[in-house]
Amino acid sequence: MRIGVPSEIHPGERRVATTPEVVAGLRKLGFEVAVEAGAGEAASFTDQAYRDAGATVVDEVDELWSGSDIILKVRAPETDAESGRDESDRLRQGQILIAFLWPGQNPELLARLAKAGVTALSMDGIPRISRAQKLDALSSMANIAGYRAVVEAADNFGRFFMGQITAAGKVPPAKVLVIGAGVAGLSAIGTAKGMGAIVRAFDTRPEVKEQVESMDAEFLMLDFEEEGSGAGGYAKVMSKEFIDAEMALFREQAEEVDVIITTALIPGKPAPELITADMVEAMKPGSVIVDLAAEQGGNCALTVPDELVTRHGVTIIGYTDLPSRLASTASQLYATNLRHLLADMCPEKDGAVVVDMKDEVIRGATVVRDGEITWPPPAPKVAAPQPPPAAKPAAAAEPVEKKRAPAWVSRLILFGLGGLGLLGLGAVAPPSFMAHFTVFVLACFVGYMVVWNVTPALHTPLMSVTNAISSIIIIGALLQISSGVTWIAWVAGFTVLITSINIAGGFAVTRRMLAMFRR
Amino acid sequence: MSAGLVTVAYIGASILFILALGGLSHPETARRGNLYGIAGMGIALLATLFGVVTANYGLLIGGLVVGGAIGLALARRVQMTQMPELVAILHSLVGLAAMLVGFANFMDPNVQYSGVEATIHDVEVYLGILIGAVTFSGSVVAFGKLSGRISGKPLVLPARHWLNLLLLLASIWYGIEFVEQSAAGAGLVPLIVMSVVALLFGVHMVMAIGGADMPVVISMLNSYSGWAAAATGFMLSNDLLIVTGALVGSSGAILSYIMCRAMNRRFLAVIAGGFGTSTGAGAPEGTDGEVDPIEAPEAAQLLTLAKEVMIVPGYGMAVAQAQHAVFELTKQLKERGVNVRFGIHPVAGRMPGHMNVLLAEANVPYDIVFEMDEINDDFPDIDVSIVIGANDIVNPSAQEEPDSPIAGMPVLEVWNGKTTFVLKRSMATGYAGVQNPLFFKDNTRMLFGDARDSLGEVLRNL
Repeated sequence: MRIGVPSEIHPGERRVATTPEVVAGLRKLGFEVAVEAGAGEAASFTDQAYRDAGATVVDEVDELWSGSDIILKVRAPETDAESGRDESDRLRQGQILIAFLWPGQNPELLARLAKAGVTALSMDGIPRISRAQKLDALSSMANIAGYRAVVEAADNFGRFFMGQITAAGKVPPAKVLVIGAGVAGLSAIGTAKGMGAIVRAFDTRPEVKEQVESMDAEFLMLDFEEEGSGAGGYAKVMSKEFIDAEMALFREQAEEVDVIITTALIPGKPAPELITADMVEAMKPGSVIVDLAAEQGGNCALTVPDELVTRHGVTIIGYTDLPSRLASTASQLYATNLRHLLADMCPEKDGAVVVDMKDEVIRGATVVRDGEITWPPPAPKVAAPQPPPAAKPAAAAEPVEKKRAPAWVSRLILFGLGGLGLLGLGAVAPPSFMAHFTVFVLACFVGYMVVWNVTPALHTPLMSVTNAISSIIIIGALLQISSGVTWIAWVAGFTVLITSINIAGGFAVTRRMLAMFRR
Repeated sequence: MSAGLVTVAYIGASILFILALGGLSHPETARRGNLYGIAGMGIALLATLFGVVTANYGLLIGGLVVGGAIGLALARRVQMTQMPELVAILHSLVGLAAMLVGFANFMDPNVQYSGVEATIHDVEVYLGILIGAVTFSGSVVAFGKLSGRISGKPLVLPARHWLNLLLLLASIWYGIEFVEQSAAGAGLVPLIVMSVVALLFGVHMVMAIGGADMPVVISMLNSYSGWAAAATGFMLSNDLLIVTGALVGSSGAILSYIMCRAMNRRFLAVIAGGFGTSTGAGAPEGTDGEVDPIEAPEAAQLLTLAKEVMIVPGYGMAVAQAQHAVFELTKQLKERGVNVRFGIHPVAGRMPGHMNVLLAEANVPYDIVFEMDEINDDFPDIDVSIVIGANDIVNPSAQEEPDSPIAGMPVLEVWNGKTTFVLKRSMATGYAGVQNPLFFKDNTRMLFGDARDSLGEVLRNL
C-alpha cells in the first residue's frame, strides 16, 4: 500500500508526519511512501533526504492525496486559508487517515470523515497501557513540550538557572516549580534540573512522588488525605477542601519561586485554574510562568493562549505549539510512533494493513471505520501506571513469611529426632563404633564450617578437589590388595586403578582451573 | 611402619584435606590449598603402602601408574565447557570404587565380627554399597545427559513417585534380609539384588531431572560420593576415610543447598524431578507484546556510549563457546574506559561455579566477576546489561508474578538498568518453560543469533 504524507497547512505548524529515517522503516514493512515536496522543510528534512531514504517526492498535492491508500498527518484535516479547500474533501472512500484528530472536541470533523467513507485513526486515542507505550504519541509530544517549556522559560528569564559563584559575585540558582508530574511535568523537571535549577514539583497523585524524587527534585506534600489518581493514569477532580489546601501551597510557593511550569490537565474538562491573578501579582518581577494547559483554557488565570504576555511584571507564556517549536525531534518521535502503529497493523510485513477491532490499542485509536463513527471506544480495562509497585513487594514478601514459621518448627523437630536417634544409637552400639562416630560427626561440622567460607566463584574447583580427595577410598582397596584370595586382590587392584584416575584427574584439573583464575 | 605412625600420617592427611578446602575461600590461597590436598593424598598413600600392604606390589603400582596416567591425560584434555561432564564421570568412579570395596570386604574370609559388631558392620557394608551404587549409576546418567549422549529433557514416568517409594522399600527390605542372612554366613543374594535396585534407583532419579537442575544433581552426587567414602570408612574402621568422606559429603550437601536456594526450590522437589510439568505455565500479563530486535552495529554504538556495562552469562555462553569473544569485548570496552563487570547467578550453567571457570579460562580477571548478591543493587546505574544465553535467571516474573512456576527465585534484576541486550538464538522459553517478560520490556533489545557470532559482529563494529 502507498502511504502519503502531505505538508501540514496549519499556520505555524512545523512538524511533519514522517522523517527520512522512518521512511526506511516503513519501506521495510512493505509500504511505498510518497511525501509532498517541501513537507519536511520546516523540520529541517530536505526533499533529497526523503528521496535518499526511498520515498517518492510528489509536487502536486492532489496527486499525493488521491494516489495514497494511507494518509499520515500531524494535525487533523482543516481548511486551507489560501485555497479555501478543506483537506477532508480530498479524502476518498476506503482511505485510511492517521493523525491527531481530537474526536471529543471535533464532532463535526468526525461526521465529515464518516461521510467521506474513510477509516480514521486518532493518535490521541491510543490507550495508555504498557504495551502501547511505543505508539503513545501524546507522551512523545508531552515530553517535548516539557523540555521546550523550560527552554522558553529560560529564554524569558533574566537570570542563570544554575547558581554560580564568580569573581564578580554570587548568582543564586533559579527556583522552578512544576505543577503536574505527568510526562510533560517529568520532562520539565529533568530539563530544569539539568540546567542547574532547584526544582520542586507538585501532583495530586501520591504515586508519582517516587518518580519526582528519583529525578532529584523535591516533591511538595499537602497535609491532606485524598487520592488523586483517576482512570488511565490521569488525575481526577479533587474535593473543595483539598483544592483550598493546594491553593494555599501555591500562594506560598509563588512568592518564593522564579519559574512556574503548569501541566495540570483533567481529561474531558477545562484545565483547572491553579494560579490566580493575585498569585501572579505576588511573584517577583521578572518571574516566568509557562502554561502548558493553555489550549484547554490554562492553569493560570491570566494566560492568553498562543501568546506571550507580561502581567504584573511576570512573563506568562501560553504557547500551544511547543512541540512544533522543536520540529525536528517532534517529527522524528511522532513518525516513529506512527511507524510502530503501522507495524502493529501490518503483522505480515507485506505492506497491507488490517484494522483489527479486537486489538484494544487499534480499537481505542479508531474513531471512524469504513464510514461509521466508532468513537468513543469502550472504557479501557486497566488503569495504566497505577500502584502495582506497591502491591508487588507485599505479594513477594508473603510466601517468605509463611515459610519461615514452619521452618522454625521443623528445625525443632529435626533436632528432637536427631537427639533421639543418637540416644538410640548410643544405647546399642559398641564403644569402637562410637569412637568412629564421634570422628564422623565432628568431621561433618568441620566440613560444614570450612565449606561455607568457600567463595562461590570457586565452586567448580571445590567440586573437583573434593572429588579427588573422596578418592581416599583407595585406602580401602589398599587394605584389601594384599589379601590372600586372588580375586579379591584383583578387584582391589582394579579399584586402585579407577580411584587413581580420580585422584590424578581431580587434582590435575583443579590445578589447571585454579591457574586460570587471575586478577 | 608401626600402626601408630600410620595413624599419625592419617591425622596429618586429614588436616591437609581440611586446609585444602579452607584454601578455596580465595583464589590466591586456593592454589596452595590444592597442593595441601595433593600432599595429604600422598602422605596417606605412602603410609598405607609402607604400613599396611604386604603383598601384590606389582598389581598395586601398575594400577596406580595406569590410573594416574589416564587421570592426568583426562585432566589435560578436557575443555572447560566440559567440566560438568568430567566431574560427573569422576563421581561415578568413586561410587564404583565404594561398591567394589564393599563387596570385596564382605566376601573377604579374613574379616570376622560377632554379635552387635557384626550387625553394625553388615549395616555399614550395606550402606556403603547402596550409596556407592546410587552414586555410580546416577553419575553415569548425569554424565550422559551433560555430554548430550542422553536427552537433557526430564524423563517423567507415569507413577514415578510410587516407583521411587517402591525401590526405597525394596532396598530397606533387602537390607534387613541381608543382615539376617549374613549372620548365618550367607547374604550375597540380597546384597546383589539390593545393588541392582540401588543402581536402578540412581538411573531413575537422574533421568527425571532436567538440564538446568543439573547444578543440584551434580552437587548432590558430589555429596553422595563423600558419604559413600565415609560409609566405607566405617566398614573398614578407618578414621581417615570417615573424616574425608564427611568433609566431601557436607561440602556437596552445602553446594546442593546453595543451588536449591538460588532457584527457590526445595531439595526434595528437585530430586523428585519433572520441573515445570505440573503447573500450567500461563503466559503472564504483558508478554503478548512485541520484542524489539537490534542489529550488531547499533548495539556496538550503544556500547561505545555506555559508562557502566554488566555482562550476565548463562549456559548459552558455554554452549556457544562464547567466553573468549566475551573477553575480547571486555578488553576493548575497558580500553575505552568503560567499567565492565560480570554478574553471575549461582545456578547459571550446569554446575556450581561453571561460569566463573569459563570466564577464568578466557582470562577475565576474577575481580570484575561478581556474585548476584554483590551487584544486584547496582543495576540502576548500569547503562548496558548484556545477557548472554541466560533466561530464567533474569526473569522478572520471579518477582512480579506470584503464580509463576519460578516465583520467589532470586534473579538478576537487569531490567532496572538503562538498556539490556539479550543475546539469544530464538524466542524459546528457558528451562522452566516460563515466558520471560524481560524480552518485552521497553528497555530490552534482542540480538538474535549464535552468541559467539553476534559478539564477533559487535566487536567488528566497535
